[in-house]
Amino acid sequence: MIEIESLTKRYAGTPVVDAVSMTVDPHTIAAIVGTSGSGKTTLLRMINRLVEPSEGVIRIDGKDTREMPAHELRRGIGYAIQGHGLFPHRTVAQNIATVPVLSGWDKARIDAKVDELLELYQLDPQAFRDRYPHELSGGQQQRVGVARALAAEPNILLMDEPFGALDPVIRAKAQDDLMTIQQRFGTTIVLVTHDMEEAIHLGDRIAVMDGGKLLQYAEPAEILANPATDFVETLIGSADRPFRYLSLSALEAVVEDGAAEGEPLPVSATRRDALAELLWSGRNALPVVDAAGAPLGRVTREALLEQAARPAA
Amino acid sequence: MATIDADAGPQVTARQSWFASRVDKLGVVVALLAAIGALVGPFVTFRENRIVLGEARSIATALPVWAAVLLFVVVALAALVALLRTHAMLRLAASLAAVLALALLVGYAAAYLTPEGNSYARISPAWGFWLLVFDFAILTADSLTRLRLPPLARIGVLVLSACALALVIASGSWDQLSIMKEYAGRADTFWQQAGQHVLLAFGSLAAAVVAGVPLGILCHRVPPVRASVLNVLNILQTIPSIALFGILIAPLGWVAANVPGAAAIGVSGIGTAPAFVALFAYSLLPVVANTVVGLAGVPRAANDAARGMGMTDGQRLMRVEFPLAFPVILTGIRIVLVQNIGLATIAALIGGGGFGVFVFQGIGQTAMDLVLLGAVPTVALAFAAAIVLDALIELSNRTGREGASA
Repeated sequence: MIEIESLTKRYAGTPVVDAVSMTVDPHTIAAIVGTSGSGKTTLLRMINRLVEPSEGVIRIDGKDTREMPAHELRRGIGYAIQGHGLFPHRTVAQNIATVPVLSGWDKARIDAKVDELLELYQLDPQAFRDRYPHELSGGQQQRVGVARALAAEPNILLMDEPFGALDPVIRAKAQDDLMTIQQRFGTTIVLVTHDMEEAIHLGDRIAVMDGGKLLQYAEPAEILANPATDFVETLIGSADRPFRYLSLSALEAVVEDGAAEGEPLPVSATRRDALAELLWSGRNALPVVDAAGAPLGRVTREALLEQAARPAA
Repeated sequence: MATIDADAGPQVTARQSWFASRVDKLGVVVALLAAIGALVGPFVTFRENRIVLGEARSIATALPVWAAVLLFVVVALAALVALLRTHAMLRLAASLAAVLALALLVGYAAAYLTPEGNSYARISPAWGFWLLVFDFAILTADSLTRLRLPPLARIGVLVLSACALALVIASGSWDQLSIMKEYAGRADTFWQQAGQHVLLAFGSLAAAVVAGVPLGILCHRVPPVRASVLNVLNILQTIPSIALFGILIAPLGWVAANVPGAAAIGVSGIGTAPAFVALFAYSLLPVVANTVVGLAGVPRAANDAARGMGMTDGQRLMRVEFPLAFPVILTGIRIVLVQNIGLATIAALIGGGGFGVFVFQGIGQTAMDLVLLGAVPTVALAFAAAIVLDALIELSNRTGREGASA
């Protein structure tokens, strides 16, 4: 658990982060969204003390982060940044092993961990261990960057625009990989992004920042339904709002009995996917199946459109 | 794009003239210089003794007929190989054969022209010879570049060339050349001054690295220090070298006279100490400046990641910043070494020794052969140092910067 209490950072008297308080629950993803200059990156960097706060307290699992030397604090917190920040003079394996080496793990344990992470990220250890970062594609570099951040099995992972340099297709894949890995390790993730779509997709809770102030910190559905200020509403984008809202939930609750023609959708698909499929194929209903492929019922246009309306306050 | 290229390629080639398609551009220059050097330029100069004006001898008049013909043929063939578009390996072989023939036959010319039992006559290479050597050295360097030899192979070529040179000297075929006659009279001091020269050039470099790299790191970490340190070093660099050697005489003389023990370790107003200090001062700017530039060139993201993952400042310096800055620092060291090997000749003016001793003695006696005895080894040493360090820079680059720029 990360508790941030009235945290302020001033540069030459001007606050860039202004009295921000928020709590990130264990095993969840908090997405900090804002435009450039909103103070979101400074807020993130204060958590591992790359930036020292001017005022306020950060507690991790109840312990004030100032209680231990900054470099020791950072070794316990994963850190991944935009443009990956891999060390160009070190191989993939050496890059991933950075924190384990700093923490004095023995060689066998480090090698095993490196191979495990490479496999997890679908990079064949035999082929990739001894390559240099410049020999990798952008997507591979990004994966190695996140693998490096996870190498010492940190409870907390900080990510600063980790997918910013990727093209849309690889970006979607990287986001899904992150969700999978977060569920597997139960890592608490704080992620900075300027992309509301990414925040809604990944975040259990979203923190919207502007001018150093935390405008709203809530679950995605709440942010979409009740934006706290005009700025939050602008950030959501009124044209996309119903579709983003639909994207938050799976089909489960809207499945009704009955049959329908055509290709079925799995019940784990989002409501937005289902509506898009219905609109595009010109159908009124489509069949829904469970993970094993067994029919569960159908979902109709009417039911989905009803769900897209703004929920009553 | 690919199809357009494929279509256009043969047409363009067909339109090119015979000249453009068969002739190598650099080869035209090489062949022209070879013709001037062999046909117009004098091959050697013959003098009655070491200080009178000499008379020029062409290849035809400096060598017996068979040797003159042999040299003309070798030079003409090498020039032809250079002129046409030929494989780099063949060009290398031709240029080396030409250089070797020139080296051996200039020695033979000296032996051929020296009258029996006359130890005053001096035969020295003339500008035609130097032009030919220079010309084929360019061809050698060019063909080595075209072969794209890996760094270690280049050092190997250097070692082989040095061995070949040593063999030519040891074989005695140059013994009648004027420069070797000067050497024969000074064999023991030559090696002593050579040692002194190397000590001055390499010792001051080592001291500059020991002092300059930490100073560069300090400049990088503390920006206000950077401006003042680099300004002071810039001013030092602009002091003319002879003036700096002179300026140091007074303070070092004072130190030797007044600081206990200073004179005992060799500090004095003239001699090695001021030469060493001056070379050290000139070396600092390139070392410090390149350290600063190298550290500044470390990717921001790599630095940020290093801090974010919990490296201490010292760990970040040794594991990330320094290895990435190393090729740039090495470039500074290369600049300093080549510069110091040249500058160390001036140390002789204030009694610092080195190859400069022969240069200044030679100027004093208007004996150009003696000047060459000091100048040629200096140039050779600087050239070898440049090749070795270039190879080292490339080796260190392989795993370093390549990634940063990719």
